[in-house]
Amino acid sequence: MSPEPFSGITERGLLQSVVTVARHVYRAAASSVFMMNPDTGELIFAAVAGAGEESLIGTRIPAGTGIVGWVAASCQTLVADNVADHDQFAADVAAATGYVPASIMAAPLVADGECIGVLEVLDRHSDGSDLPSRDLDDMELLGLLATQAAYSLSLLQQRERGMAAGRRLGGLVARLSEHAAMDSHDPLAVALLGVSLDLLERSSTVALRG
Amino acid sequence: MDMTTARWRSERPLHHYGMPAWSMPATGYRTEHLPADLFAGIDSGWAWGGADGSGVRVCVLDSGVDGQHPMVGPVEQSWHIVAQDTGPPRAEECEPSDTAGHGTACAGIIRSIAPRVSLSSIKVLGDGKSGSGSALLTGLAHAIDEGFDVINMSLSTNRPEFRNRLAELCDRAYFRRCTLVVAAHNLPIESYPWNFASVISVASHAEPQPMRYYYNATPPVEFCARGIRVPVAKPGGGITRNSGNSYAAPHIAGIAALVLSKHPWLTPFQLKSVLYHCAMNVLPGKEGGVLVTRTV
Repeated sequence: MSPEPFSGITERGLLQSVVTVARHVYRAAASSVFMMNPDTGELIFAAVAGAGEESLIGTRIPAGTGIVGWVAASCQTLVADNVADHDQFAADVAAATGYVPASIMAAPLVADGECIGVLEVLDRHSDGSDLPSRDLDDMELLGLLATQAAYSLSLLQQRERGMAAGRRLGGLVARLSEHAAMDSHDPLAVALLGVSLDLLERSSTVALRG
Repeated sequence: MDMTTARWRSERPLHHYGMPAWSMPATGYRTEHLPADLFAGIDSGWAWGGADGSGVRVCVLDSGVDGQHPMVGPVEQSWHIVAQDTGPPRAEECEPSDTAGHGTACAGIIRSIAPRVSLSSIKVLGDGKSGSGSALLTGLAHAIDEGFDVINMSLSTNRPEFRNRLAELCDRAYFRRCTLVVAAHNLPIESYPWNFASVISVASHAEPQPMRYYYNATPPVEFCARGIRVPVAKPGGGITRNSGNSYAAPHIAGIAALVLSKHPWLTPFQLKSVLYHCAMNVLPGKEGGVLVTRTV
């Protein structure tokens, strides 16, 4: 198996897919995702669907600040209403776009025991049911979506690490090939080349399996 | 009653992997009779009738508490966890403040239920660099050493390397008459310490009554309390409405404080039993109990 069928998947593309699905399921004004910087604990606004828009991508939120900061630190899903006047990110969205969210629902993205980001939905069900019991279902579903997104991100990162290793090995094989081409009678060079190609093939397969 | 097939006796998996929530049903109730009977003379009137939380010390282990918010009232003591250049982080006294707003919301809920309780805060969240897991361990150990009667933890960690130390601390609290009330996790992943037997774990129901809570006969979640659209203290003043198991736990912490203010001799084991006994769905009679669980 070769890695080509999936080679177009990027983290950005995956995150965009996650927020697009989340926005669609909740018929929400917007959905966005924040990725955590593991060194500083900052949350970086990484993708958005709907209101909130591209200009905010790259916005950084200090560790433990605001609703997304709380969700990342506590690993708890929550819903907050009337957020625009006390949540920094909601205030940034309002300032940049003129859109003022009334409610935020957010869940942590947890992979390998670590919180790697936060998935957020702004103003869900703007045209739908308003029963309190609906909130329990909404939070549960967001938790499931966030878990699936975290698994996907984790797999993608593993695959990218595997492909990086493959590229290094590929470089070595290319140099070895040059050497073997120059001196095709060197049995050691030919044997090494064969082993290297086997290894390269194996690393691609392993990377695809995740 | 057929005791062999009753749902509460059935085999349970070692891990509830893939089960997202142990909360109140959102789409309906399944009722099933439990073998329940009342401890003579013990009801909610006995447990907390006339109580206001006086004399009980509650600690909110969270993002800090805003001591100026009128819903919170006086904060007796306040610490934050400070990272050290060498060695584990340590607790230092600080002014009560809260950048995330979450601890303030939890403290306000406890105050609304037990108005005369003594509230303190240990800020274990906010400095991402020091690692929330180690700050959580330091903060919890400090709260237990300080001898608080009730500790509210509306947070959890997913890092397995903290599990054993957290379990030790929760057992220590349990045997030192320090009741830990912990918000249950509603993601299908392993996290701690809400699922330890030594703590009281709480999920949400969607009803608006703050004193109404339910016993869950299919643990690890043991109780469901108000957790949807809860009026909470807003950072900087005022009130907003938030939802999540984070807000259900402080309701039970507040009720536990009420019970302890009338019956300070109760151990965490006895207190949990009293809470079970006074839950809305635990009713008298041989066929009186009601199992509350999701219908799907």
